[in-house]
Amino acid sequence: MQMNQTIFARLAVMAVAAMSCAAAATDISGAGATFPYPIYAKWADAYKKLTGVGLNYQSIGSGGGIKQIKAKTVTFGASDMPLKPDDLKAAGLLQFPMIIGGVVPVVNIQGIQGGQLHLDGATVASIYMGDITQWNDPKIKSLNPKLALPNTAIAPVYRSDGSGTNFLFSDYLSKASPKFLSSIGANASVQWPTGIGAKGNEGVANMTTQTDGAIGYVEYAYAKQNKMAYTLLTNKAGMAVAPNAEAFQAAAANADWVHADSYYLILTDQAGAKSWPITGASFILLYKQPEDPAPVNEALKFFSWAYQDGASMAAELDYVPLPAPLIAQVKKTWVSEITSGGRPVWSGK
Amino acid sequence: MNRRALRKVKNWSFLALSLIATTLGLACLAAILWTLLSHGLAGVSSQLFTQMTPPPGGQGGLLNALYGSAVMTLLGILIGSPIGVLAGTYLSEYGRDSRLSIVIRFINDVLLSAPSIIIGLFVYEIVVVHMGHFSAIAGALALSILAIPVTLRTTEDMLNLVPVGMKDSSAALGAYPWRTTLSVLYPAARSGIVTGLLLAVARISGETAPLLFTALNNQFWSTQLNAPMANLPVVIFQFALSPYKNWQDLAWAGALIITVTILVLSISARVLLALLQVERGSGR
Amino acid sequence: MENSGSETDTVAIIDPRHAAKQLIYEKIFRAATLSAAILVLLILGGVALSLLRGAWPAVSHFGFSFVSREIWNPVTDEFGALAAIYGTVVTSVIAMLLAVPTGFGIALFLTELCPPLLKRPIGVAVELLAAVPSIIFGIWGLFVLAPVLQRHVQPWLIGHLGHLPLLGSLFKGPPFGIGVLTAGVVLAIMVLPFIAATMRDVFDTVPPMLKESGYGLGATTWEVMWNVVVPRSRVGMVGCIMLGLGRALGETMAVTFVIGNAHRISSSLLAPGTTISSAIANEFTEAVGDLYTSSLIALGLLLFLITFTVIAAAQAMLRRLERRGIAV
Repeated sequence: MQMNQTIFARLAVMAVAAMSCAAAATDISGAGATFPYPIYAKWADAYKKLTGVGLNYQSIGSGGGIKQIKAKTVTFGASDMPLKPDDLKAAGLLQFPMIIGGVVPVVNIQGIQGGQLHLDGATVASIYMGDITQWNDPKIKSLNPKLALPNTAIAPVYRSDGSGTNFLFSDYLSKASPKFLSSIGANASVQWPTGIGAKGNEGVANMTTQTDGAIGYVEYAYAKQNKMAYTLLTNKAGMAVAPNAEAFQAAAANADWVHADSYYLILTDQAGAKSWPITGASFILLYKQPEDPAPVNEALKFFSWAYQDGASMAAELDYVPLPAPLIAQVKKTWVSEITSGGRPVWSGK
Repeated sequence: MNRRALRKVKNWSFLALSLIATTLGLACLAAILWTLLSHGLAGVSSQLFTQMTPPPGGQGGLLNALYGSAVMTLLGILIGSPIGVLAGTYLSEYGRDSRLSIVIRFINDVLLSAPSIIIGLFVYEIVVVHMGHFSAIAGALALSILAIPVTLRTTEDMLNLVPVGMKDSSAALGAYPWRTTLSVLYPAARSGIVTGLLLAVARISGETAPLLFTALNNQFWSTQLNAPMANLPVVIFQFALSPYKNWQDLAWAGALIITVTILVLSISARVLLALLQVERGSGR
Repeated sequence: MENSGSETDTVAIIDPRHAAKQLIYEKIFRAATLSAAILVLLILGGVALSLLRGAWPAVSHFGFSFVSREIWNPVTDEFGALAAIYGTVVTSVIAMLLAVPTGFGIALFLTELCPPLLKRPIGVAVELLAAVPSIIFGIWGLFVLAPVLQRHVQPWLIGHLGHLPLLGSLFKGPPFGIGVLTAGVVLAIMVLPFIAATMRDVFDTVPPMLKESGYGLGATTWEVMWNVVVPRSRVGMVGCIMLGLGRALGETMAVTFVIGNAHRISSSLLAPGTTISSAIANEFTEAVGDLYTSSLIALGLLLFLITFTVIAAAQAMLRRLERRGIAV
């Protein structure tokens, strides 16, 4: 009895000691968009190896990111749907673009490879409204005369969580189809009349791969990394384009960031022969006057590094890094708008 | 004769159906275990126990998740089982058949079957919201609430099984109930109470829903109780629903680890109980 | 000192400090155990209160329409629980319809047919199925069961039953693989071992003499089962079924993977849907805005009320069995 008590006491002390050892360096915490998650994860891994500072990013969807930053449970939030300037002001938040990418329709049809199927906005809108239900529907056939389309039912997969990717996709469909605009509309979460809901870009990619005859929409990196069958789309200029860095860059080329209030800019359905119609920027949300400036400074250092040294990693995944003038503009915003006690939070490196 | 034959046919057909039902049940168990083994073993590697959860497409293991689950389960048991044991002792020794005890037993049995997601919501409201962030301690609290009903029930049952003669002898020597309980009853019901602990551990180590909004998750190594902590069930949840092969492999490996752990715990609990019955039966 | 029987009494009488200390320890111990026991009550009360408090904004805003509307739009802040309630009820009903007869069959087998040598191992195997955590059922359902259902079972159902007059509407629509039916099947497999084990325990409490009397009169095994054991175990059986139902209603992880996350009510069982617990699990961490969060907690409150009622009724029934002198 005595010996048991001593042993137990010793074990308890050891356990408590082990548990109270704090982590080594300050880790940055972020939450939100799943759209940029593949590149954020890559950057975080490389940055940790370089500096020892870890980025704990919870890929829970843009809606979740907005909620968490408003609740101050994370250092930064991430959203693909830019907040309106009024909302930002009301919450005391600042937003800036971090990376640009494209949302891509992906399909799981027997015998169809990536880049073979060609769709346009109106057709995709009809599919998601439930007006087209079979893959060998005449409308789809007319766009793909040479493709052998099976008589499989279409299973549309959509985002069940609050999502910037969902916003970009529904915004594009609203621009392509007036019926879609009036019945469903564009937002981070909409009432899809038919189909299966999945969480995150990851969930949509997973569900599309699992279900025969499915169509989903994901950020291009997901389609690329998981070798999914992406489709071609007809853009505003009437050309059929394939999703790749060049197409995303073409869409972003005409964007006027200088005059965008709080960087609020939607890049869907841009003009240009090579433009990908569902391009979008992913934004970071930070408090203008953070209560605890130290983690925010660490976060800004990370973002600065990512703009510079992370560009090549981004290109590997077909994300489009921001153009240099825009990066300079963003850094100026950091210095002037993110302050603590009258002085800028960012230490300038 | 015809009626007799009909009755016989009816008998055999229903018995055959019951055999089919049992085979179905065993087949389901076999199918699930088989899937776990085949997919899970594919994800098992030497890195599983030595590396952290990786980014998508990278190499890694489940070390932070295993550690987090172990810590939160341990804390959950450390917090929950004393309460369960003490409460079970009250019901067995002091309360017996009083109105209060009847109500408490009833409530306890309800809590035993209550959906664990509700407990998660409860702890979110009273701990996470007040702390302002997710934390391992919140997760441990949620798990401790789930552990209480199991330990309470087992403790009470086991204490009731102790022969009345032992209690009487102790009382006859002038010992107060506290003394009787500590010196006589607990040692006598030892293996039963430990069984309860094992069952509680088995129960809470597989729970996902309560951890979803209390401990959240953490892709790095963290020992801070005050911060989100990785844990196996939530990692499995996240990784399984992702399209990345390396993540899915890790999810299956994690699922295999959890299932094996729980099965081992359940079987040990069972063996302990059987030994207890042998002890009782041999008249010790 | 002299007689052992009165030794402690003598010590107690001789040394009042010793007695006083013992009494203090007793009071402390009793207080500790009582507090622990009351804590159990407080936890349940706390759960109910915190759910009420969290759900209040949504409840006061929507009123009764919260439970009567299907719409679930986080953007326009309009929430109705009807789709979730429907999904919860339908998946649980499917689960019960599948699991109760099967569980009954297994219990029958274990109590009547099974050779004594196999009784233990098979009983253990069934209980081991109960120990498997629910998330395992979820991922097994998504990766193994759903593809099988999508490729083989659902097309068969649609083809053969889809065009029937009334029943057909249950099996309409494209075969997704996941959906309300799949969730019901996974739930059934989850609840099955529990129902089988508890029913077996109930059947085991029937006095063998009653069964022997039946056999003595020439009844077949089935006839004894149906006419002697079942009527006697009726209350216990209903209790088991309701406990199983309570579990099925509250189950989260097994269902979340395969339900399809669609806040829609559809007459077809093959359509995706949602349940209360999977809606909470999927959406809680991302709910933006107070009304959204409050609506999810209101869903939790609904679930609490539903499961509490079912489980409490089940426990009450099983207790009646206990008081009759039959332990469960």
